[in-house]
Amino acid sequence: MSTTHSQLTGGGPGPEESSENSILSTSQAHVQVNTSVTDDLLDEIDDLLEENAEDFVRSYIQKGGE
Amino acid sequence: MTRFLGTETEYGISSPSDPMLSPILSSTHAVVALSALTTHARSRWDYEEEYPLRDVRGFDIRRYHTVPVVDADAVGVANVVLDNGARYYVDHAHPEYSSPECSNAWDAMIYNIAGDMVLNQAREILDNLAEQGVSTLKGHPPCAPIKIYKNNVDGKGASYGAHENYLYDRRIPFATIAQSLIPFFVARQVVAGAGRLGIGEKGEIDAFQISQRADYFYQDISLETTLNRGIINTRDEPHADTEKYGRLHVIVGDANMSQTANFLKLGMTSLVLDAVEAGVDFHDLHLGDPVGELRAVSHDIHLAHRIKLSDGREFSALELLEEYRRRITPRTQVDHQVVELWDEVTGLLAEDPLRTSHLLDWTAKWALMKSYLDRGVAIGDAKLKLIDLQYTDVDPQRSLYHALVRKGRMVTLVEPSTIEAAMHEPPTDSRAWLRGVLVREFGAAIIAASWQTVVLEANGKEYRLNMPELAGLGKGELNTVIEAAAGDPVALVEALQDPAFAHKLQVID
Repeated sequence: MSTTHSQLTGGGPGPEESSENSILSTSQAHVQVNTSVTDDLLDEIDDLLEENAEDFVRSYIQKGGE
Repeated sequence: MTRFLGTETEYGISSPSDPMLSPILSSTHAVVALSALTTHARSRWDYEEEYPLRDVRGFDIRRYHTVPVVDADAVGVANVVLDNGARYYVDHAHPEYSSPECSNAWDAMIYNIAGDMVLNQAREILDNLAEQGVSTLKGHPPCAPIKIYKNNVDGKGASYGAHENYLYDRRIPFATIAQSLIPFFVARQVVAGAGRLGIGEKGEIDAFQISQRADYFYQDISLETTLNRGIINTRDEPHADTEKYGRLHVIVGDANMSQTANFLKLGMTSLVLDAVEAGVDFHDLHLGDPVGELRAVSHDIHLAHRIKLSDGREFSALELLEEYRRRITPRTQVDHQVVELWDEVTGLLAEDPLRTSHLLDWTAKWALMKSYLDRGVAIGDAKLKLIDLQYTDVDPQRSLYHALVRKGRMVTLVEPSTIEAAMHEPPTDSRAWLRGVLVREFGAAIIAASWQTVVLEANGKEYRLNMPELAGLGKGELNTVIEAAAGDPVALVEALQDPAFAHKLQVID
């Protein structure tokens, strides 16, 4: 049964996660399960994106591999 | 039998400031420069010239203050074994990193991600060398700045792979493995897909799909890897005892940035293979049209597509994964971690796929793109194609994936220091440990190294170490021997000829 609160958002190990190396208790990011992408985040992404998307994408050409 | 596994990643490579630079050449630069400065590979190379380096800032360059200048076309130059036991080489105009053999999916995930850091370090080294006007390739100028992408398509029709390798017991008929896995590979895309903007080999249709690779597969089963690819690849090169073992070479998966997607892809597949070997029957899940279903599942980001089984039943991809989930049995601690995450992720996907955008690559990409669409950007806008590509940049300063991680929007499973350590330290529990330690501690004596063999020179003679087993040649078994040899290849060869090792390691002179 799925839970509303992703266990990966927890602050620390819960009672059933007390085993050493429980992947949920050692996962590194306390992440909001908030799927809305904020304007803030989009601004940052925008700043990171290579200039001139059209040219950049057009000139990305690879030889096929396996 | 421990189900050893590993991955091979062909990285995309470009040099935007010098578009005419051949990717074979830039890939060669990327392999040679890193190998020259972080491994003992130069002891095998044929070269006359060396350049002094005035600046070794920032790199773990342990003892080299010069860089050799080699012939780019010389055999064996752009093909090295790294200290962590991985292979790093040029393949089909791409730099390729093949991880060391791992005993479990958790390590295999770590060593796969370590490849991204290796490639990023290669990029940085090339920048550093170029700043000093230095090139490691004779007759060629310093390499223009390169970009490295961990993806599988260029949007113009070319595709390149992210392969998985799983050891299996050769007593199991290959046909059984193939038929058991085909429906699984169709279904697991909803977890492991890396997302792609563009449907059709050349991205003719402006729409988002779950998998990078789905449109490049044409057969259920095929030996070919560069065209006419099959969902199941029949390459049969175990690089191990050929009577006991097979190596399942999987080419249908996507390259994943996400640690969760990587871990699940590898762990889920391992568990299904365990079930197949234990005699669990999957033949009722046979699909009528696997290639058609592979694409149909990938093209439906709402996960609603009904996959048609040969017996008439229909399942969604999640329902098909549930069938596999019911039939697998977790045994090890890592198995249990896989299953925990399998349940968590499929549960979230069932609620709304975007509820996994902090975990999986395809939904992370789609969430970003969708927010641009919601703000009026057209689906055909180049910006969205750029997001698809730049998400996979291995440079943490440029990569959209790494930006999401920094902003706490994407889960990671391990600390960066764990990945960094995996760049240099081999897994301790497979023959990769022996290989890695040999190239690091006995580098000057190594003539050649590959998956199953290491050739070294001792006292003017050549010795070939043959390793037909993946287990039993790790730190636990051999550390004492290695340390006792203290860098002396003669002592090493003598010690390895101990009959106690004979069934796992043969020393041939």
